[in-house]
Amino acid sequence: MELTADQVLHIAKLARIALTPEEVERFRNQLSSILEHFAVLSEVPTEDVEPTAYPLPLENVMRTDEVAPSLPREDVLANAPEQEDGMFRVRAVLE
Amino acid sequence: MTHELWRLTAHEAHELLRRREITCVELTESVLQRIEEVEPTIHAYITVTAELALEQAREADERYAAGTATPLTGIPVAVKDVIVTKGVRTTAGSRMLENFIPPFDSHVAERLRRAGAVMVGKANMDEFAMGSSTERSAFGPTRNPWALDRVPGGSSGGSAAAVAAGECLVALGSDTGGSIRQPAALCGVVGLDPTYGRVSRYGLIAFGSSLDQIGPIGRDVEDVATMLDCIGGHDPRDSTTNPEPMPDMRHYLGRDIRGMRIGVPKEYFAEGIEPGVRDAVERALRRFEDLGCEVEECSLPSTKYALAVYYLIAPSEASANLARYDGVKYGFSDRSHGSMWENLEHTRAKGFGDEVKRRIMLGTYALSAGYYDAYYLKAQKVRTVIHQEFARAFERYDVLATPTSPVVAFPLGSRLDDPYAMYLADVCTLPAAVAGLPAISLPCGESEGLPVGLQLIGNFFDEGRLLMVAHAFERSFGWANRLPEIPGGRTP
Repeated sequence: MELTADQVLHIAKLARIALTPEEVERFRNQLSSILEHFAVLSEVPTEDVEPTAYPLPLENVMRTDEVAPSLPREDVLANAPEQEDGMFRVRAVLE
Repeated sequence: MTHELWRLTAHEAHELLRRREITCVELTESVLQRIEEVEPTIHAYITVTAELALEQAREADERYAAGTATPLTGIPVAVKDVIVTKGVRTTAGSRMLENFIPPFDSHVAERLRRAGAVMVGKANMDEFAMGSSTERSAFGPTRNPWALDRVPGGSSGGSAAAVAAGECLVALGSDTGGSIRQPAALCGVVGLDPTYGRVSRYGLIAFGSSLDQIGPIGRDVEDVATMLDCIGGHDPRDSTTNPEPMPDMRHYLGRDIRGMRIGVPKEYFAEGIEPGVRDAVERALRRFEDLGCEVEECSLPSTKYALAVYYLIAPSEASANLARYDGVKYGFSDRSHGSMWENLEHTRAKGFGDEVKRRIMLGTYALSAGYYDAYYLKAQKVRTVIHQEFARAFERYDVLATPTSPVVAFPLGSRLDDPYAMYLADVCTLPAAVAGLPAISLPCGESEGLPVGLQLIGNFFDEGRLLMVAHAFERSFGWANRLPEIPGGRTP
């Protein structure tokens, strides 16, 4: 499975990671080679096999909906790169 | 009795503390002094919390005086830096979280505090627990205390090295594909990856959520059992934890293991295993026979698919989990570009290291339109096949015995240029991780002067039997708490 540079750029775009041209080429090579090793899975017949998402048969775990204190706002904002008036400050999302 | 107290196991130290022959402050000071001596060489920690440790040690001494001490009260513990600790910087080994001070405690940190344990520091690790050598830490590699030119394994390499070097008595690690067991093997200590669902991940920085599990590393089986007793059990804040009460793990120690049925899956002894590792594990199997166990070769033919299954599922889950690092709420943020989107892409480009980017991209690809069925869904189906094979094996056997790692500690730098060669380091630990089964690694000999790990895999929530078998082996073998002499480490 040989990836193209365009595919690597598309993946990077989906993952929101800026890449330099050198990185595009390096990741293209490395990811292609890793994916090649994964082709081994096609040997396993899985027509009638259900997928496993979690190892345990726990489903729809419920709890009572009780009101409990949350973290104080100052604590939540303490690690923010920028804040203003008790809110996270970000760049404009809409132009 | 204030001499080299750092050499004690936790249970030995507890006994001396209980008899008031030593104090928690003396014990902590001994460990902090050991850290001062060997840490410049080993680099097991990202952050050492000396002041906090001494404060906790003073409180612990009060608990011994008041008669409210637990087996971990006053015991110096290292916590892997992927486990959040209130008010103590938690980096996950990443530039992304270099200055992150958590506003809350993880479940396990809360349990340790409540037990009166003394936290001496936050242990080094591969960035976001992605790696098998601790060389992927943004804060520099950890060295193996047995051979300074070798890796300690990973991703919990800092935790394992700290235990082996006497920079703590016990430690917490996390295991997604082998990150507790493989470094424990390479550093000659004991590491337990509990059943998926045994220990709450509340406050564990997420990597692969269907795989991540927290577990203990110690110098003998008893210390690991004591740690699991402290951290295990149901927690409503992690809905995947088992609601059944956990039995007392130390209760299983010191028992006769005659008649235990041990299966030895032959696939783990295939190509790539070093002869010295094979010899040590085979000698361990003969020891089990001497102890009265029925040892039998068996076959788990899907073992060879576990690597591909794991390296599709874990990166897929990681690509979703690590989407949260957007430079808005916490963590590194590059705001030097024009638009919100550019800032986001450059924040992630500069905040994440190479291996993390590689896995995010691998996972993003496996989940993307057109490839989901061929990669992610296929991997989930083969995961079922692996799971079913283990289930059949446990109809016949009490535990399975394998090497933990096909190789002893490898030289620093030797696998860094080939990501797939690094993935192969986990080949023996991945199958149990994929199935969610508990597994322990304990020392079973040496090869080239370096420790070899024996892996025992148990059935779901059967940690008790696993610890019982491991403990009987350890007592017969006599390796427990053997520590390396570290060149440059001062011996008074």
